[in-house]
Amino acid sequence: MIGEALRLLSDWSTLDTWIVLIAALAAMACALPGVYLLLRRQSMLGDALSHTVLPGIVLAFVISQTLRSAGWLDSRSLHAAQHAILFGGALVSGLLTALLTQWVQRRGRVESSAALGVVYTTLFALGLLLLRLLADNVHIDPDCVLFGAVENIVISPPQRVSVAWFTATVLALNLLLVLLFYKELRISTFDPALATSLGIPARWMQLGLVAVTSATLVTAFEIVGSILVVAMLIVPAATARQCTDRLGTMIAMSLAVAAASAVLGHAAALTIPALIFQPLGFDEVRDANTAGMMALAAGVLFLLAALLSPRYGWISRAVHQMRLSVRIAAEDLLGRLYRQEEEHPRPQEPVEAIDRLGQPPIIRWLAAQGLKRKGYLRRANGKWQLTERGHQAAVRVVRAHRLWESYLAAHQQELPDDQLHYSAHRAEHFIDPKLQAELAKELKRPAHDPHGRDIPGENGNS
Amino acid sequence: MISRRVDCLGHAAGFGTRAGLAAVLIGVALLLVATRPTTAGAGQGRATVHVAQADPLPAGAPQVQPAAAPQQRAEPHVAAAATLWQRFVRAITLRDYHTRVVLLGTLVLGMTSGVVGTFMLLRKRALIGDVVGHAALPGVCLAFLLQQIWQPGAERSLPALIGGAWLAALAGAGCTVALRRWTRIRDDAAQAVVLSVFFGAGVVLLSIVQRIPTGSAAGLQNWIYGQAGLMLASDVQLITAAAILCLVICGLLFKEFALLAFDEKFAASQGWPVLLLDLLLMGLVVMVAVIGLQAVGLLLVVALLILPPAAARFWTDHLLRMTLLAGAIGGITAFFGVLPSAMLARWATGPSIVLVGGVVFGFSLLFGTQRGLLPRYWLQREVRRKVGRADLLRAMYELIEPGLPDDAPQVTSLAGVPVRRELLVQKRSWKARRVAGLIADAQRRGLIATGPADQVSLTTAGAEEAFRAARQHRLWELFLMQAADVGLTQVDRSADRIEHFLEPDEIDELERRLARQYPELARPEPAMPHSPHALPEKQP
Repeated sequence: MIGEALRLLSDWSTLDTWIVLIAALAAMACALPGVYLLLRRQSMLGDALSHTVLPGIVLAFVISQTLRSAGWLDSRSLHAAQHAILFGGALVSGLLTALLTQWVQRRGRVESSAALGVVYTTLFALGLLLLRLLADNVHIDPDCVLFGAVENIVISPPQRVSVAWFTATVLALNLLLVLLFYKELRISTFDPALATSLGIPARWMQLGLVAVTSATLVTAFEIVGSILVVAMLIVPAATARQCTDRLGTMIAMSLAVAAASAVLGHAAALTIPALIFQPLGFDEVRDANTAGMMALAAGVLFLLAALLSPRYGWISRAVHQMRLSVRIAAEDLLGRLYRQEEEHPRPQEPVEAIDRLGQPPIIRWLAAQGLKRKGYLRRANGKWQLTERGHQAAVRVVRAHRLWESYLAAHQQELPDDQLHYSAHRAEHFIDPKLQAELAKELKRPAHDPHGRDIPGENGNS
Repeated sequence: MISRRVDCLGHAAGFGTRAGLAAVLIGVALLLVATRPTTAGAGQGRATVHVAQADPLPAGAPQVQPAAAPQQRAEPHVAAAATLWQRFVRAITLRDYHTRVVLLGTLVLGMTSGVVGTFMLLRKRALIGDVVGHAALPGVCLAFLLQQIWQPGAERSLPALIGGAWLAALAGAGCTVALRRWTRIRDDAAQAVVLSVFFGAGVVLLSIVQRIPTGSAAGLQNWIYGQAGLMLASDVQLITAAAILCLVICGLLFKEFALLAFDEKFAASQGWPVLLLDLLLMGLVVMVAVIGLQAVGLLLVVALLILPPAAARFWTDHLLRMTLLAGAIGGITAFFGVLPSAMLARWATGPSIVLVGGVVFGFSLLFGTQRGLLPRYWLQREVRRKVGRADLLRAMYELIEPGLPDDAPQVTSLAGVPVRRELLVQKRSWKARRVAGLIADAQRRGLIATGPADQVSLTTAGAEEAFRAARQHRLWELFLMQAADVGLTQVDRSADRIEHFLEPDEIDELERRLARQYPELARPEPAMPHSPHALPEKQP
């Protein structure tokens, strides 16, 4: 399977490199405004903007076409003017979306997501209808607008160079804006009220973000398509959000994720469809749409981050929780054995640990195995018994428990004595020797807990 | 309070059930009438009527030609060489069987989505429809691909595609919930991530579908943009069956859904299975979105779920009325959105349905009787005018009062006393233009008469109004000083805000309370108390 994939990838050509380069630049340019949209909880505004640049694009095409047919522009200056007109169209439609949504929301008292939904679907419908009605006159292919056409762009050498430069410029501009307004953007994103009180115009920052997003979207639409651009906008930022709490790190990570999803997406587009569908008898299937695969690759990276992120991933959190509960189970076991030994002093038969400790059996088993490996327990006559080291460890746990009970009894007058145990049972795992020493000092080194049992000494000699 | 609320809901539910069932029965009847081929429709119609092929993708993928399709396409027919008007008449009078089928299908769809969308809108989850719509694409493609693997070269089967779309859309909705629950990203980001990644998967699968020989003829592209004209009668029957199911569920669970939409926690505390209801509602949304794919396309199906209820919200505050109205608006929107495709060859139905919906929404936003902008504006203007008039008359009174001979002024002695305009302007630091406007308005109502040399005077009716306005002001001032301990310097301004909105019985109450302290109020005829504070503008 992997060998087959490598064979398919060995056909990698200059065209593929160009595709990946352009797609990565576009994805990275999108990821920058995406970080701020995500943090401002306006991801769906990004989605709305990606839809509503469509009428702007169509109108821009119509205008530039009209200008050419009117003879005001020759084909060379048209090429230069086209970008300007496209940007203008996208800016107008993007800002119109944001302002109209705000207006409908405030004046019509419509809930914010519904206001967004009303505005962008209507504008997008307008764009689609225009596209359909005018497609013949303005030479734009609806499929390219919606699904992206990076594969077509790279075929002509001058075009691919100019598109790459252009996308790189937009990326550089976005980076520059982020660096210039780093502080303002950060404050207005995390605390708009503070931003306003500091004299940062939060409203203008918002409109500026909308403008930059629209401009970036219109750059990227012909590469990854006007809907899939949302994937490049939000998914890298969401992936980075899974891994870090720092804004700077998050920006850097989302750039890396965007670039990686471009590379992985194109590689997957070249290999995976053929690997899956050719054995099924569809020999015609050699590759798939790169833009779609990029979105999918970004989704896979997001899923990986959600699973494996060191701090917030599902798996690492599950492992962390499991470790904690094994430690608690082990300490409970130690305490239980210690108390039984206390009640039946040494020379007697080794006692059996009662296994109703409240944890699932697998956790209990793991705890016992861990203690055995550390040499705290030994098995004698089919029963668990504390070793000398195990005894010392158990003393620490029991000491914590009884000190805490004493402390509670001294300070929480209203807590009845029979309630002390439950609180101490939970707290004993989190009272380290330093805190134990402090508790002992404050309680004037008590010898007995409120139930009258001995509090074992610091050295383990009770 | 709570029990009253539940009673209301229970009452509404009974009516909602009945209304839902009635709608369902009407739907069934319409379906039976419309989808039975008449002689003019299916018989020779095909041979004689020229088909203007609604080409949904001029520059895109190759399209199915009706002649090549083995099944008969239920396409709005356009009579050859007919004028636009003739085609319009032909379409609106439902003369063609296929027009009838398509219009009925979209009508039912619009009604259902309006009803289901109402609950989603009130639940503030309007955009979930967008996620669900986009997430359906991989399901459609995968269903087609699996079918092709199973039986190569087979014709696309609609139930399979709809089933695939349904499963994928449900998976998308589920993923949104899961991401919100188990990752650090918020609701909005979860929606955007699911929407774009699922759509990406759909685009990949679609490109694969187009690369296999039978794929390009499957017309899966139409599911993206929507092409109601390509619906078959069997499609419409499927849509109607699903729509009826949705409406019945909505009718039966109206009370529960209403409770969920307005106060989820209250519903939970009353022991309703909130999670189950939520899932059911989500399932309904998915169902509507999926059956709407063919007509509106997956990019825009969300609009059918948002626009009608959002428009209905402007007309009523009553949930049942809003639900029914949303259903009606949805139906009308879909009907008139599809209608042009029966007349114009290049028309795209999905966008045009949404545009009609947008127009209806805009109309409701402006003119809606309950929350519309213009009615609200008119109301505010009326109040502003009333307040301004009362202020003007009181200012007149206060200018006239110092010149009156007796200690207890009477209404009758006010009329006809001339007051100079510029005094009025000074009195309340109004702009001269505003005073002129107020005077003109009062004059039109016969409250003020203009005299020579820029003087105005009260008419008899105006004197009565002025007396009343000043009296209300002073009563409230006295009350504030007595009951609320408001300082002498503040009392004028505080009274200024409330005096216009005192009801007659409140005035009586004020008189009663103040009578002990101010004996002059105890006279049988309405008497004017003295102003508690000095009126600053006493100079002539």
